[in-house]
Amino acid sequence: MGKTIAEKILSKKSGQDAYANDLVVATVDFRMGQDGTSPLAIRSFEDMGGERVSNPETSAFVIDHSAPSPLEGVSALHKLMREFARKNKMLLYDVGEGVCHQLMPEKGHVGPGSLVIGADSHTCTYGALNAFATGVGSTDLAAALISGKMWFKVPETIKFICHGRLPFGVYSKDLILYLIGQVTSDGATYKAAEYTGEAIQALSVDARFTISNMAIEMGAKAGLMEADEKVWEWVRRHGNGNFEQVTSDPDARYAQVLEYDVSSLEPQVAKPHRVDNVSPVGEVAGTPIQQAVLGTCTNGRLEDLRIAASILKGRKVHPEVRFIVAPASRRVFLEAMEEGIIQELVRAGAAVVTPGCGPCVGTHNGIPSDGENVISTANRNFKGRMANNKAFIYLASPATVAASALTGVISDPREFLPKEVS
Amino acid sequence: MELRGRAHKFGDDVNTDYIISGKYKFKTLDMKELAKHVMEDLDPEFAKRVQPGDFVVAGHNFGCGSSREQAPLALLNAGVSAVLASSFARIFYRNAINTGLAVVECDTSGIESGDELLVDLEKGVLRNLTREKEIAIKPLPSFMLKVLADGGLVAHFRKYGTFNLD
Repeated sequence: MGKTIAEKILSKKSGQDAYANDLVVATVDFRMGQDGTSPLAIRSFEDMGGERVSNPETSAFVIDHSAPSPLEGVSALHKLMREFARKNKMLLYDVGEGVCHQLMPEKGHVGPGSLVIGADSHTCTYGALNAFATGVGSTDLAAALISGKMWFKVPETIKFICHGRLPFGVYSKDLILYLIGQVTSDGATYKAAEYTGEAIQALSVDARFTISNMAIEMGAKAGLMEADEKVWEWVRRHGNGNFEQVTSDPDARYAQVLEYDVSSLEPQVAKPHRVDNVSPVGEVAGTPIQQAVLGTCTNGRLEDLRIAASILKGRKVHPEVRFIVAPASRRVFLEAMEEGIIQELVRAGAAVVTPGCGPCVGTHNGIPSDGENVISTANRNFKGRMANNKAFIYLASPATVAASALTGVISDPREFLPKEVS
Repeated sequence: MELRGRAHKFGDDVNTDYIISGKYKFKTLDMKELAKHVMEDLDPEFAKRVQPGDFVVAGHNFGCGSSREQAPLALLNAGVSAVLASSFARIFYRNAINTGLAVVECDTSGIESGDELLVDLEKGVLRNLTREKEIAIKPLPSFMLKVLADGGLVAHFRKYGTFNLD
């Protein structure tokens, strides 16, 4: 019987002929933890009797969730991470390097066919590079640092086939929000998702990361894509490209195959307080906003900043809106400066903060006040997510966020974008 | 493994931000401190009301959202001995097993807050003592039962030094 991408990668890494629902222990190619989860992993590591990290050159800590530290307590946890990483000769990406899910691919740590665990739920992002990458907890990370291995229940797979081509002003963020709205926030729980079809193939790798990043918002364990020439070009540009891609077999068994025609999709918005509470932007257009956030592991990449700048160039953000921009990494930040994108955003009124996660997870860098509305390019809009349970978070594409920052109300970006170059 | 306690009922899609907000969890490794804020955004009085051994009972997709292990740890440190839900999000489910918090997948529609419950994980039996009803539960795979019986993955590793699936 044929296999899905998930079944193939987990078979290869466990040495077993594994199919959906089998329990396997597999060798992990890369391990990652961030500053919200690594301190607890260090404690578990010590409690487990761990003496040394088994594969330090393929294990990394990233300080991105509260970076730079806003509090003494956080500083102590960061110090703990730095000391542990140094002692064990692990990789450490410190304050200012960027968001873990941008860094892992950007630094060449993951690629086609990799098996990666990260103590962060959005680890599924690297599925866009054909990696089986999944979020785990701190104790899982500790066990993997000690043994190099991890236990997995091999997931069933839902295949999403996206036909057609996204229209002008509609992006991969709109597509994944739409899909989550369709299948709901637990529509793919315990399962892997495979995203395929000409609409996916037409996307840049940057845009594909946005889709795989949000696989977890439909409950999925992984958000997998095929490795095409674009992926290989991207991987080679960011590392040695020493990977082996995996494709699903034509006779692989899927839990479900869902097909969509995306050619008439409109910009989408996820309304408070659920990621699957999705509607076309027209339904919420005119809602006043007090803060707009551009960045995060979902949409803080060069292409995202470029789209926002194309709307805001030569214009001013609405006087009653705080517009916060967090590039996904130092590299993205530098490239955006070289292109003049950061300058345009700042002239328009943006407050640029250190590459990192702060505003999205409510640790610092823009906690909203009671009753305020925020429009964000992030991936979660749960009540209290940005550290105030009386604020309201709307999720949208960089274009919709930029257009809304400009007008002070949720706005359809299509009337503000420069006309399509054909 | 037999557990007995009172039910505290919650709804569907209880995410890990609701279980323990990011604004607390990034600051400390003191789980007793985090336990004071457990479920705060859904029920500000819960942390004060919960008694050792009590059960959290919920609908579908319990524990969705972030991978924070502080979620099961905050529940454990608040005294919660098990979470019963009609379904769980997968990372929370893993984290619960790994930290030694029992998770029981079952139809929770017939359970109300205050009901006295008895659960036997090995036998796969759940009894609602208040309503004198038996509820079928989805049995845990043997490896997970073993980790749970060891007291979590930390204790499992202390015992075996690695994963022991046999």
